[in-house]
Amino acid sequence: MSESARRPSVRPARSAALSSGGDRVFRGLILALASVIALVFVLSVYQLARESWPALQTFGWRFFTERTWNPVEGAFGAVSMIVGTLVTSLAALAISVPLAVASALFVAEYAPKWLAQPVGYLIELLAAVPSVVYGLWALFVIAPVLGRWQTAYFLDPANLPTITRCNELWAQGQTTLQCFFVPPGAGGRGLALAIIILTVMILPYTASVARDVIRLVPADQREAMYALGATKWEVISRAILPYARAGILGGVILALGRALGETLAVAMVIGDSQEVIRSLWGGASTMASVIANQFGDAQERLHRSSVVALGLTLFFLSVVVNFAARLIIARLTPKGIQ
Amino acid sequence: MRAATATPARPRARLSPARRVKNLLMGALILLATVIVVAPLILIFVYLLREGLGAMNLAFFTRTPAPEGEAGGGLLNAITGSLMMLAMASVIGVGVGVAGGIFLAEYPRHPLMPTIRMLSDVLAGIPAIVMGLVAYGLIVLAFGFSGIAGALALGFLMIPIVVRTTEEVLKLVPLTVREAGLALGLPQWLVILRIVLPAAAGGIVTGVMLALARVAGEAAPLLFTAFGNVSVNLDPTKPMSALPLEIYRGATSAYDENQRLAKAGALLLITLIFLTSLLARWASRRR
Repeated sequence: MSESARRPSVRPARSAALSSGGDRVFRGLILALASVIALVFVLSVYQLARESWPALQTFGWRFFTERTWNPVEGAFGAVSMIVGTLVTSLAALAISVPLAVASALFVAEYAPKWLAQPVGYLIELLAAVPSVVYGLWALFVIAPVLGRWQTAYFLDPANLPTITRCNELWAQGQTTLQCFFVPPGAGGRGLALAIIILTVMILPYTASVARDVIRLVPADQREAMYALGATKWEVISRAILPYARAGILGGVILALGRALGETLAVAMVIGDSQEVIRSLWGGASTMASVIANQFGDAQERLHRSSVVALGLTLFFLSVVVNFAARLIIARLTPKGIQ
Repeated sequence: MRAATATPARPRARLSPARRVKNLLMGALILLATVIVVAPLILIFVYLLREGLGAMNLAFFTRTPAPEGEAGGGLLNAITGSLMMLAMASVIGVGVGVAGGIFLAEYPRHPLMPTIRMLSDVLAGIPAIVMGLVAYGLIVLAFGFSGIAGALALGFLMIPIVVRTTEEVLKLVPLTVREAGLALGLPQWLVILRIVLPAAAGGIVTGVMLALARVAGEAAPLLFTAFGNVSVNLDPTKPMSALPLEIYRGATSAYDENQRLAKAGALLLITLIFLTSLLARWASRRR
């Protein structure tokens, strides 16, 4: 006690004020409000767990391994939605990553300042477009284009044997690589359209993280390579991208988190089929799209509970994925820059 | 650009053709990819302008949707619903979000700080539709569909965005400013309230605007909370419509008239969101 009294205090005013009531009240108030964040999290987990309990109790792990999702028979297995979610998200990721990294390179390395800033803005605005608006656009603009292509495929007599053979395979719940690329119908809606629109929707997340980490690459790295006579592409591929690789990975995982939970745009265009995907052009469903399409109409307890169980699954999946992304990004961002 | 200083020194003449071609080709591909990335934004905006602008007449702002299949009508129910729910969501989002930001920035040594920060990050990643399920369980199960339930879901979605931006701008306020206040004998809470918060006010407003722009377009969590309403409803305990909800219903409707209203609604929504985002970014750039 006497020791600490002799040592000069770092913040005398603060320690004096701590004894005053005002600080304690203010701190208590701030802490109480901040604790609402924890409360929201706890309530969410509790709510989702409670509502999905009947389904998880009835089906157990079979909920995640059964293929049948049939409200009429009261059978609920989530395999087709889990597959749909993973296939749409990963395919969209695979297409969007090269595009996003390229646009980030353009903004950070190629474009002159007067162009880099507006292009950067436009990419950020892409992230601000609501899901429903993407869905509306996909439905009215892209779906008819795909539909016309599918109709042409059906009208071509040369394709008749393939269509017949694939129809038989599909009826047995099977597919081949060739049949995977054959359209089962001519609506334009389906897995492919969902992947296209998801690609566009997650592009800006990867692009903006990639841009930020590319800007963090030290200038010496570039200059040393230029001094050795490297071309711009050689500098990018050998000095910039390897250096920024881990950070870009963080942005990719962040985009994956978005893709997993993206709802209405996908629900509007994916065709809402509760069978495991058999054709790229056929209907499918994701966990989020099933929640959007079925929760409102689910009257029966087990059906409703199964839909919430999809929500719980999605919740945990998103938490894990987002956490991984943030961990990677946080570890890579030098202190003081963020 | 940084590279510009190095460019003239590059001995162009000695580049082998293969390297030069590859360099040019990759540059062209990068430009092409950027065009592909930006194109959807421009295509969507032009499409909505062409299709929706014609429907944006006086009736669009002053009437409710006409009965299915009939011509005319507007989205007054959705506009008032969106405004009301966003206002209510802001109470939750701003109250909890700003307090959370203050907590993280001003009390970094509090034992609960790492937990709150982690949970705030976790909330940021939860899909909006799942928040809708949560709000359904919390409010709708007991009280039925209502604007309050919708606003709760939107407010929860706003929290992590506001927390993060508030924390970041508070950390930009120099420590010396706080020390000066403390040295003058002000207690910490008055330093925060009178000195730190006013200094960071602009940035916090920016964060709130970005959060509003983000949740204003959310329809998924409203599907089974606010539910929608064909007439203007100012009672927050009753079902309420919102712009994204009407866009969703209209876009998936078979009737031309509903689709036309949806496109006009989308144009209005996207314009408001763009203006808010640009304004927020412009304000944060200027500081």
